[in-house]
Amino acid sequence: MNAAAELPLVHARGLIKRFDDLVAVDGIDFDVQKGEAFGFLGPNGAGKSSTMRMIGCVSPPSGGTLRVLGLDPVKNGADIRAQLGVVPQEDTLDLELTVRENMLIYGRYFGLGRKVVHERAERLLEFVQLEERLDSKVEPLSGGMKRRLTIARSLINEPDILLLDEPTTGLDPQARHVVWDRLHELKHRGATLLLTTHYMDEAEQLCDRLVVMDKGKIAAEGSPVELIRRYSTREVVELRFAAERPPDDLAARIDGLARRVETLSGRLLLYTDDGDRTAERVHELGVQAQSTLVRRSTLEDVFLHLTGRTLVDE
Amino acid sequence: MSYALRSYEFWLTFYRRTWRGSVATSIVNPVFYLGALGIGLGTLVNKSGTTPDGVEYIAFVAPGVLAATAMQIATNEAMWPVLGSIRWTRGYYAMLATPLQIRHIVFGHQAWMATRVVSSCAVYLAVIAAFGAIHSPLGVLALPACFLIGVAFSAPMAAYSATLENDAAFIVVNRFAVIPMFLFSGTFFPISRLPQVLRWVAYLTPSWHGVDLCRSLTLGRVDWGLAVVHVAYLAALAVTGLVFALRTYRRRLMK
Repeated sequence: MNAAAELPLVHARGLIKRFDDLVAVDGIDFDVQKGEAFGFLGPNGAGKSSTMRMIGCVSPPSGGTLRVLGLDPVKNGADIRAQLGVVPQEDTLDLELTVRENMLIYGRYFGLGRKVVHERAERLLEFVQLEERLDSKVEPLSGGMKRRLTIARSLINEPDILLLDEPTTGLDPQARHVVWDRLHELKHRGATLLLTTHYMDEAEQLCDRLVVMDKGKIAAEGSPVELIRRYSTREVVELRFAAERPPDDLAARIDGLARRVETLSGRLLLYTDDGDRTAERVHELGVQAQSTLVRRSTLEDVFLHLTGRTLVDE
Repeated sequence: MSYALRSYEFWLTFYRRTWRGSVATSIVNPVFYLGALGIGLGTLVNKSGTTPDGVEYIAFVAPGVLAATAMQIATNEAMWPVLGSIRWTRGYYAMLATPLQIRHIVFGHQAWMATRVVSSCAVYLAVIAAFGAIHSPLGVLALPACFLIGVAFSAPMAAYSATLENDAAFIVVNRFAVIPMFLFSGTFFPISRLPQVLRWVAYLTPSWHGVDLCRSLTLGRVDWGLAVVHVAYLAALAVTGLVFALRTYRRRLMK
């Protein structure tokens, strides 16, 4: 491997984005290597999309250093964008035009010849399983199909980096799985993916490495497994209660049964290495929970531990 | 420039889907207007013995309506399509995710608006000629004049549209700027018939400069000194509009 190949595709140091009085991104550092699937996990308003827009060269940083493909997004925005594929949070497809026309127009923005675009469009639409809708208008397509079309469209210039801003937000579970499946396939082919998400299962499914963002800052960084190991336990026992708040004395009674206890609205989370054993001992104490669930720790638990809040507002 | 052509190509493709309605209006409208005003109303005006500029009414009113058409098409093309590309279809954002830059997005769309203006005005001019209401070969120059009128309206309007959150302001602009200009800046009667104060207001409107320019060309009565003023005024408005559009587009799309 030569020196150039080791340079990160995206490099940020002390990166800041301000909107008037609001600090959306507050001095973050990260590097994304070639071939990596890198995620920004965080709740709405954590600064994920602002970071994504800065990387996409459509939002000038307010401070710090940002290099994308070794170039400065402020000075070389157009050159960088020529090498990026962008799947924005809100679709920017033209609903009046056909699937094929959307691909063609977009390919032309990159200066590709009609013949090249047609060839790539057919191949890419096959890849996202939309080849049969080539000549239908976009408007009647389902949300999942539109997303897949946006993904196909973002690949028309054979990008070095694919930016996905909340790629499955608003999709039903089945449509999400189809999108994940296609992104997995891209990963296997060696694509570099950058994605934001507030779904922990999405981050666990797709990301080799991720940063947990909260209030414009990076709270933690690592692979999903590393983060869970570092900030959570192997398993979690969830005790659910009918009442809004679990009985007051309960936390004190079960103290010592788990490494850590989190109290949420209507449920208690017991962080432990042996879920079944802990559940048993809770039961022996005579705790009357409406239901008891033993599950693996997820990034949701990591987030809860790091910020004291849940990812998706309850 | 080739980059701006790529965004122009989008508008062309988009228009192919919806052209039928607007082609019909751009042919039917002039025929209706010239029939009703030039021939219908014109019969009365001609009989009064005091026709404006001493020509039959249709030759007076046709270039006025031509200039006003350029104004209206340009303004409306710079309203909903611009705001829609930001708020609804988000087409500008799609362009901005590619090597296209703000200036390519602005110039490509402006070029498309100018295409709509010039093609509609060309049809109009042909209809006017068919009515025998063009009195000079200089009338051909009315087409580039319409191009200039178009940009003088589409560029500032697009600059303004890019700052809006919703389309409520468009109705206000149409009702309190476009329609009054259509009616009172020399389209249907010479502004010398206006009270002195309003006459000076009319002199300041870009539509009067456009109407007077087009009329002097189709009637072949060009005061070249005044024509230079008209062209300079409209060109200044066009350039200022483009400069502002570059700024408002950037502020809106690249926050």
